[in-house]
Amino acid sequence: MTYAPQPDFGTPASGAADLVTLQIDGRSLTVPAGTSVMRAAAEQGTAIPRLCATDSLAAFGSCRLCLVEIDGVRGTPASCTTPVAAGMVVRTQTDRLAKLRRGVMELYISDHPLDCLTCAANGDCELQDQAGAVGLRDVRYGAGGNHLGQAKDVSNPYFDFDPSKCIACSRCVRACDEVQGTLALTIAGRGFESKVSAGLASEDFFGSECVSCGACVQACPTATLVEKSVVAIGTPDRSVITTCAYCGVGCSFRAEMRGEQLVRMVPWKDGKANRGHSCVKGRFAWGYANHAERITTPMIRARIDQPWQPVSWETAFAHAASELRRIEADYGRGAIGGITSSRCTNEENFLVQKLIRAGFGNNNVDTCARVCHSPTGYGLKTTFGTSAGTQDFDSVAHSDVILIIGANPTDGHPVFASRMKRRLRQGAKLIVIDPRRIDMVRSPHIIAEHHLPLRPGTNVAVLTAMAHVIVTDGLADEAFVRERCDWDEYQDWAAFVARPANSPEHLAPVTMVDAGELRAAARLFATGGNGAIYYGLGVTEHSQGSSTVMAIANLAMATGNIGRPGVGVNPLRGQNNVQGACDMGSFPHELAGYRHVSDAAARALFEAEWGVAIDPEPGLRIPNMLDAAVDGRFKALYCQGEDILQSDPNTSHVAAGLAAMECVIVHDLFLNETANYAHIFLPGSTFLEKNGTFTNAERRIQPVRKVMAPLTGLEDWQVTQGLANALGLGWHYGHPSEIMDEVARLTPSFAGVSFDRLDAAGSLQWPVTAAAPEGTPVMHVDGFVRGRGKFVVTDYVPTDEKTGPRFPLLLTTGRILSHYNVGAQTRRTANVAWHKEDVLEIHPADADDRGLKTGDWVRLASRSGATTLRAQVTDRVAPGVVYTTFHHPATQANVVTTEYSDWATNCPEYKVTAVQVAPSNGPSEWQEDYAAQARTSRRIAVPAAE
Amino acid sequence: MTTHDNLVAMANQIARNFEVLGDAAAAAATANHLRLFWAPQLRAAITAGDAGLTPVASAAIRVLHADGL
Repeated sequence: MTYAPQPDFGTPASGAADLVTLQIDGRSLTVPAGTSVMRAAAEQGTAIPRLCATDSLAAFGSCRLCLVEIDGVRGTPASCTTPVAAGMVVRTQTDRLAKLRRGVMELYISDHPLDCLTCAANGDCELQDQAGAVGLRDVRYGAGGNHLGQAKDVSNPYFDFDPSKCIACSRCVRACDEVQGTLALTIAGRGFESKVSAGLASEDFFGSECVSCGACVQACPTATLVEKSVVAIGTPDRSVITTCAYCGVGCSFRAEMRGEQLVRMVPWKDGKANRGHSCVKGRFAWGYANHAERITTPMIRARIDQPWQPVSWETAFAHAASELRRIEADYGRGAIGGITSSRCTNEENFLVQKLIRAGFGNNNVDTCARVCHSPTGYGLKTTFGTSAGTQDFDSVAHSDVILIIGANPTDGHPVFASRMKRRLRQGAKLIVIDPRRIDMVRSPHIIAEHHLPLRPGTNVAVLTAMAHVIVTDGLADEAFVRERCDWDEYQDWAAFVARPANSPEHLAPVTMVDAGELRAAARLFATGGNGAIYYGLGVTEHSQGSSTVMAIANLAMATGNIGRPGVGVNPLRGQNNVQGACDMGSFPHELAGYRHVSDAAARALFEAEWGVAIDPEPGLRIPNMLDAAVDGRFKALYCQGEDILQSDPNTSHVAAGLAAMECVIVHDLFLNETANYAHIFLPGSTFLEKNGTFTNAERRIQPVRKVMAPLTGLEDWQVTQGLANALGLGWHYGHPSEIMDEVARLTPSFAGVSFDRLDAAGSLQWPVTAAAPEGTPVMHVDGFVRGRGKFVVTDYVPTDEKTGPRFPLLLTTGRILSHYNVGAQTRRTANVAWHKEDVLEIHPADADDRGLKTGDWVRLASRSGATTLRAQVTDRVAPGVVYTTFHHPATQANVVTTEYSDWATNCPEYKVTAVQVAPSNGPSEWQEDYAAQARTSRRIAVPAAE
Repeated sequence: MTTHDNLVAMANQIARNFEVLGDAAAAAATANHLRLFWAPQLRAAITAGDAGLTPVASAAIRVLHADGL
């Protein structure tokens, strides 16, 4: 698409149902009540000059450029702050208005550098456009006071701030307030001294509270705030709508290009997941796509201690197929498996599981959701009948009480956090259940009504105690339960939670949560209006992850908070395509659409389409594969887009499993940590280099579109097809749309999905069926998918992971705003400026006991292993709890985590590991050994000269 | 921990989470869970008499073996 700025109607749309008819410049039009005159004019195609107005922000009325004349109204009101009225007669262009506007613009330009030809925003500058629009031909004001020649702030890695070009319109400040909700920016000083300031804590943007979401840059009408990439490359000449490859929010972006070069990623205003907003990762952290460490040529080797040998695609496919068939012959078809990835598209996931199921006749396929949201699949399917969240993101605008448990949205899902914060600033109440005092507990203009800082591992006990209060206080919505749920099961559940043993007071010694606070939180949730629950990996990554998901579902059903906007159970998915990877049949017990492999009717569909027999028995999960490898029974793995050595628990066990295999095929962008144990490396393509779809946390299927040619020559679906065909499977896909067509034929909830329909609609939320051709924003509206909602008694079972004299502290892990999971992408961007290494958060009391201060090197040890990292002393964590991230392979936090896992799904218990922390003066033995092994393994042979 | 020990521990963990249903129902639920989610070679790797199995887990394994796994 040829480049054009995104349409801007000046002020936000009115949501009013009432309509008003008025006349603008002699033309009659009808718009919703509450629409501004500026927007109404824009909707009829009349662009009233403006500078301080943009439709992502509330009207401000400061620039005095958008003046209009209205019959019967004195003066020349600002069209941005003037709402339409019935019968209103407006003129947007008269001699008087033209003179006023030119006068205003003349003043702006008198204090603005006239360097348009060399300005980064030349041709993409609203000030320049508006000067032309008002017909400014002369500036009469000469030397005098001005703001020219001020020093630029270039401290932020991604954008510059040039105060000389600022017109003090406050759009950046308001974007930070209204859109992002960080309130980092302000207008400091008064009158002539007014200037944009990045808060009080710092002299520059980098040192301020700015989170680099880019909203201010997007809002700026001049080059005052401009992307460094635009400064370096120039303005874009085309744009392509695509979907971010980071978290489960799934933001829509315009990839703005100049030729084959990406100039910038700008959030797409029509994107239904993000509504025009972004975070530092999606907006700016895409530089990894062209990082020098990208591998673009297939490579093979016989042993992992040998250097890699670059080869052609044909050689790589033939070698891989030969090895896989050899292993199948030597060890049996069950000795081979595959791992799909939430970082890959739906179509790629579908092909990998098809390759394993059709190519080897087993179900040994698993996905990275094993280590994140597999309990969501189990828990929500059991209780509601569908392995997915119930709402769309827009739903939060209708919530009255928001309960966040085990999630840190400002870091993990920042764009949705901004929408949540907007609702909280409007007055919704907030309950946070988390061992740490996450940012949502207290941030500008937001304070949680209740923060329940529970002991890690006691989620089920806390939720059961909340249910106890709701049931024993008579606050349950029994009318909803009788109508929508199994009443007998509810009564069993209600009797269970009502036991005295489940009271907040009785469980307080276990949960460490103040009983009074818990009671108040439960009462607020049950009585505060629309109650919505949002949760993350702090729920799932526990030995009772699945039980906690079901306890959440119980709570939502018992309070009638299901089936309408503003309520629901909402898993915040970690990666961009967790939902999609699961939808596509990536689990070893399920075919696409969550149909169990024992379902003969479902198998028959696939068997007819694929022409092979489908194994009716579940296959191996990832930990099963690794155990079997150590035992000598599992020999070959095709791992696409995952780095299990860094991301999966008990690293030394993962390493032992990989080392025991005879053929490990890694398909990835980089020589990741798992590739250190690989025999075949198939280079991958970034999300910018391929076509397909991602499905976000709200079940929204969104297009991923190729904006540049893949550096490797092949898109990832083509790589899997090449491998499949070398194995003799005879696939003939010409485009990913054909893969989606096959998914639609085989998967009832995707029956109405196609690339054409996605292109027309922008996105669709499954189920997309004959009954719901436009998709399903809110699920379970008239009834649960499973029929009646199922209450499940969730007995609190303490984890087997116990603290004791050797390991007296509890470690919990998570991620931060600037990095994404194992950091393979974000570590290869300027985001390292914010987070160069993993650090260990430790409470001051525990630090004092050990003689530690911030910055000290500490040894973090568990029964699984030990690593060394720096300490950060903070009361964000409770006494007895320590916290770290897992973004850096030099730290490898998962050396410390254990094999304990969720009882139902084997999702690892990352959030509870008994550890000891002690001063250290160097890397652990594991770190030293691993660094040496990685250096050896990453050698690439230089091809001999011809 | 050996693979077998790990399987025993996981079977016990599943059984423990169903125990609130009562022993008989818990054994049936555990057996059903193993049938739905464990590969057949994992189900076959443990027997009801294996050391370390809890009574409910052991009963579940008996149900599986009685049903031909």
